[in-house]
Amino acid sequence: MSEGFAKKVANTQVWKAIFRHGPPNNARNRAAVVAGNVFLHLHPIKLKKSGVQLGYTWCMGGLTFFIFLSLTITGVLLMFYYRPTAEYAFTDIIGLREHVPLGIMRELHRWGAHLMVITVWIHMFRVFMTGSYKPPREFNWGVGVILLVLTMLLSFTGYLLPWDQLAIWAITVGSNMAKATPFMGNGGPGAMLARIGDFVMVSDKNDVRFQLLGGRFVGEAALLRFYILHCVFIPLVVAVLIAIHFWRVRKDGGISAPL
Amino acid sequence: MIKLAINFLSAPLYSFTAFCILFVLAMKRMDIVGTKKFGMGLLIFTLVIFGWMVSDPVFFSVISLPDNIPIIILNALVFWSTWFSLYKGHQNDLRIAAGEPPIEGTPENREKVWAWPNLVYTELFCIIACTIFLIVWAIFFKAPLEEPANPTWAPNPAKAPWYFLGLQEMLVYFDPWMAGVVLPVLIIVGLIAIPFIDINPKGNGYYTFAERKYAIAGFTFGWLALWIFLIQIGTFLRGPNWTFYGPFEFWDSHKVVAENNVNLSEFFWIKGLNVALPKNIFVREIMGIILTGVYLVAVPFYVTKRWGQDMLSRMGGIRYYLLVFLVLGMMSLPIKMYLRWFFFLKYIVAMPEFELNL
Ligand code: HEM
Repeated sequence: MSEGFAKKVANTQVWKAIFRHGPPNNARNRAAVVAGNVFLHLHPIKLKKSGVQLGYTWCMGGLTFFIFLSLTITGVLLMFYYRPTAEYAFTDIIGLREHVPLGIMRELHRWGAHLMVITVWIHMFRVFMTGSYKPPREFNWGVGVILLVLTMLLSFTGYLLPWDQLAIWAITVGSNMAKATPFMGNGGPGAMLARIGDFVMVSDKNDVRFQLLGGRFVGEAALLRFYILHCVFIPLVVAVLIAIHFWRVRKDGGISAPL
Repeated sequence: MIKLAINFLSAPLYSFTAFCILFVLAMKRMDIVGTKKFGMGLLIFTLVIFGWMVSDPVFFSVISLPDNIPIIILNALVFWSTWFSLYKGHQNDLRIAAGEPPIEGTPENREKVWAWPNLVYTELFCIIACTIFLIVWAIFFKAPLEEPANPTWAPNPAKAPWYFLGLQEMLVYFDPWMAGVVLPVLIIVGLIAIPFIDINPKGNGYYTFAERKYAIAGFTFGWLALWIFLIQIGTFLRGPNWTFYGPFEFWDSHKVVAENNVNLSEFFWIKGLNVALPKNIFVREIMGIILTGVYLVAVPFYVTKRWGQDMLSRMGGIRYYLLVFLVLGMMSLPIKMYLRWFFFLKYIVAMPEFELNL
């Protein structure tokens, strides 16, 4: 009966309007379902069995992408409740915790962010261990390294937003490193050479750390900067790079396999 | 008693040394490491030890901080991925030695299959598993929230997020410009350069160990010993003032540690020659400058002359010297660590006048 029912559904005008072909149980439709769906068409229609196996890719790249998507969704939901100002940031987080029933959005977002850092590391390790960075995939490995750095920066910029002690001091520790950038940070090697008479060219009011934080310490300007970097700028760059990454996986011949 | 011993032995000097020795042994005996028996044995051993350690209230209080849960997950995944890839590599090495193709290259595995359902269902399975995992995690562990931000009161210790704790741990041995800027840049550049340096065509698209021994050993050493291991120390074993605390040691913020590290220039002029430090900065630091030069120029030159000719001509100058430079950069960390532990050496070159301390 259920088979007959499925057939009937697949024959309705609504089904055909959405999917344009019958259920994927024959060769023609299996090709059509992958090629005709904007999400599924990231995949090739057919691929080597070795590359499909979980034991080969561990699905770590795929999971990184999935976590990125779910972070986008939970992140947008959090943005409805959160105002990036010194006055409201912390209390908005409290509000999220106390007034949103069954609220686990913040948890999903935070643990998801940690998990994405982990999966991207393990993905890189897998790619290394299968030698998948070797020609013709050198470029995609490089794109991946940039994605790796950006993933950690995404997580880092988000760390500040709850505006609690954990947040500002972790960011203070992290951003103090920028102060030590050679020549460009106020406390870095060579910076004191850049002075004309009494005029200090690289001071704590214009060095890289100041540019990063929008101030001399982690204050409200830093909060706004990190908010925009975290919610808009870095995600956009990551999305573009992921598109390039996926495109190149396909163009470089799909998942690597013995030559 | 045992706990005191573990507290003592987990000090970076001993634990890092032990880790390195075990690492080298593991790389030498892939015939043992790459077996299921070994994997199972190590897993059970680790779980038993871990279970026993968790029963200690002090250790438990550190490990169960919500922000430390990710590191436990990381450790589990690192453990599994390392062993599993070596295991698969070893299996393939046996096949290759017997004249067969690696498992990924058998005719059956070369066959093409439909993305739907083979790939799509696998992905769906992973996505569902991951979602369940995240939801359970989110229900059982509340996201931490501490006191509201207070710029005038710094918690002690103030730690960066865990994925940067390897870098923060490097701050013990290097100044921020090295640990926070130069070494991270070297890591990123080095990673991007890997495909262009490693010209070994073998091992592309399948797991193997024997065909790319040195590439794998070098990469996993950096990954496990200099990144993952330092994160563990930075997270679990560094308490107030970034002082070392054993896993069962209470974080007593009054623990005093004698800090009597000396610079190379003080060793040389004061202890060695028994004179005061020279006024001129460059004369004062001459030993350090010479040693750094030796490390960066003379050592590579000699090593190349002696053992590297073959590799140099195979790889070409740019690749070869880039590799040499990256390896020197990477090894500067363990070198500095041991210099600190054995000689209480603070800086090889100390020029606070230029904020240039090495
Ligand atoms: C946001 C981060 C990233 C995402 C979403 C991502 C996603 C993916 C996906 C879905 C694949 C297909 C195969 C698989 O799942 O393993 C893939 C392949 C690949 N990735 Fe990534 N990746 C990321 C970061 C990286 C990093 C950090 C590296 C390396 C440094 C890297 C290098 C590669 C390479 C070389 C391939 C081709 C592998 C092969 O053909 O076997 N990617 N990536």
